[in-house]
Amino acid sequence: MTAMGGIGAIHAGQGVITVAAGVSLDSLMRTVVPQGWFVPVSPGTSFVTVGGAIAADIHGKNHHVDGSFCDHVLSFEMRTPDGELRVVLPDRDPEVFWATAGGMGLTGVITSATLRLLRIETSRIRVDTDRVSDIDELMALMESGDAHYRYSVAWIDPLAGGRHLGRAVLSRGDHASLADLDERERRDPLRFNPVSRLAAPPWMPNGLVRRATVQAFNEVWFRKAPKSQRDALHSLRAFFHPLDGVRGWNRVYGSQGFLQYQLVVPTGEEDTLRNLVERLSSAGSPSFISVLKRFGPGHGLLSFPIAGWTLTVDLPTGVAGLGQLLDELDERVVEAGGRVYLAKDSRLRPHLLPRMYPELTRWREIQAALDPKGVMRSDLARRLHLVSSSRDA
Amino acid sequence: MRDALGSVQTALVVGGGSDIGLATARQLVDSGAETVILAARRPEALEGRTDELRKAGATVHVVEFDADDTASHEAFIAAQGELVGDIDVVLLAFGVLGDGTVNTDPQEAARLLHTNFVGAASVLLAAANQLRNQGHGAIVVLSSVAGERVRKTNFVYGASKAGIDGLAQGLGDALAGSGVDVIVVRPGFVHSKMTRGLSPPPFSTTPEEVADAIADALRTRRRVVWVPSVLRLVMIVARHLPRSIFRRLKF
Repeated sequence: MTAMGGIGAIHAGQGVITVAAGVSLDSLMRTVVPQGWFVPVSPGTSFVTVGGAIAADIHGKNHHVDGSFCDHVLSFEMRTPDGELRVVLPDRDPEVFWATAGGMGLTGVITSATLRLLRIETSRIRVDTDRVSDIDELMALMESGDAHYRYSVAWIDPLAGGRHLGRAVLSRGDHASLADLDERERRDPLRFNPVSRLAAPPWMPNGLVRRATVQAFNEVWFRKAPKSQRDALHSLRAFFHPLDGVRGWNRVYGSQGFLQYQLVVPTGEEDTLRNLVERLSSAGSPSFISVLKRFGPGHGLLSFPIAGWTLTVDLPTGVAGLGQLLDELDERVVEAGGRVYLAKDSRLRPHLLPRMYPELTRWREIQAALDPKGVMRSDLARRLHLVSSSRDA
Repeated sequence: MRDALGSVQTALVVGGGSDIGLATARQLVDSGAETVILAARRPEALEGRTDELRKAGATVHVVEFDADDTASHEAFIAAQGELVGDIDVVLLAFGVLGDGTVNTDPQEAARLLHTNFVGAASVLLAAANQLRNQGHGAIVVLSSVAGERVRKTNFVYGASKAGIDGLAQGLGDALAGSGVDVIVVRPGFVHSKMTRGLSPPPFSTTPEEVADAIADALRTRRRVVWVPSVLRLVMIVARHLPRSIFRRLKF
């Protein structure tokens, strides 16, 4: 998809830009940051395309304030399965727009999009860091303080249990203003040169990721974080995409790899969240640092975010019993009125999908109208029976 | 669609009346399979044996399959696609052991080879074409340790397994990159109705253990599976024994 390149000019003053769907957020940032603009939503990796960002209606550390990617899309162009090239605007064609936002690519092929960028004065983030010793303290701190920060994310140690359950490093900040920089840095406030990429060795021994080694890693990681730090300046890359600097970081999981499990439970389900963290911690699957953050409300029919708490865990797939554990977690998430993120899903049982996504029926109707012959397919759609089965032959 | 943890949604078991076939179907249903087709030469013999699968939540279809009628195999596979849509895993679990005369009676030997090798090869290729067209899936072929080095006591059976084992491996390599995996399973002596009355050699196993190994291979994407796994090492030795010694071995 990255072959569909092309970045238009930024409309002066407005920060409105039209880009081809295959442009990655990485290359978009390389173009717009030096001109004083930033992407409205940035996920944990910059190696995603604009088309993919719409299809998964991606979120970032600012969801509680700014919403998800499609909340900043003014329009997109899409080739629908009937061959027609449509320009879709949220006001003029809300059904198609919000079925495509988070629609996992099944409504058509997005070819370009017009977005509203965010004005920035510098390419630094001013960050406050707090080390928090358990999950209750963490949730209280996030509830009371997140509204004061554009960006907020907590890195949780998923292996800590007992009174350290959910110990975390909370990292919150906003774009630094010119006044935050010292004299030397002020000369080039929008400097943006993402680090040259290191590569993980092409071959990693299997069995590196065991509970003991991961526990040791997490311990060191937690200890080295500052207990409480205010107004530290971080680069965009270091704050948003720390892993993008290491090519093939996933190889550390060995040949069997890992899967990522991301769930959200609504606000008010803090007890459920604590139980889920507890279950993961006691299951003892060797997981590196996990992510907790808060969402505001979402809009797309199949968009993942709902106002609440979202937890993301990496789990090595070589561990026996993982399927049952995640099935069990799914049930608890559904009971609480939550859901899992389709963009990351690789094992959900299809019967839970309608309960997780109550707008599924409406989405299917719109999708079927756009694709009456059932041209659009994906492995995800097959596995979760996303598109109606009458056209599934 | 097979998920990231190896669970499948639809399975076709050819030789669905065999103990290994049924045990594997049970194992797949327990780990999430929604639909199972059991194909058997005599479907009526499966009556009563599918209740357990249905109770575990699966939709079960029982259909007729004749391994020797190779002309019917393409239509047979296509019909199963019509019945359930995409097929995530096809298990070939049929075969005959032959009686005491198979090593001396040419007709008997030809019949065994036709079922175990010609019939298996034909339905295997039909399944491979179907899965290649759908773009994903796994085919599990039950070979045998007997095919790894053919022994004097059951050389016709051993040769049939050596043949299908080689064919499946070559097919698997030919399908690399198509989304279709071919998994070759080599059990030792399996306690089942096929081997009832025979005295088990060392390293014998059970249909349930074979089923577990198949589920494990679907998860780890291993292409060759020995059951029990120690047989891999045993056969490394056996494969290299000089014939003068090998033929004197009593098993």
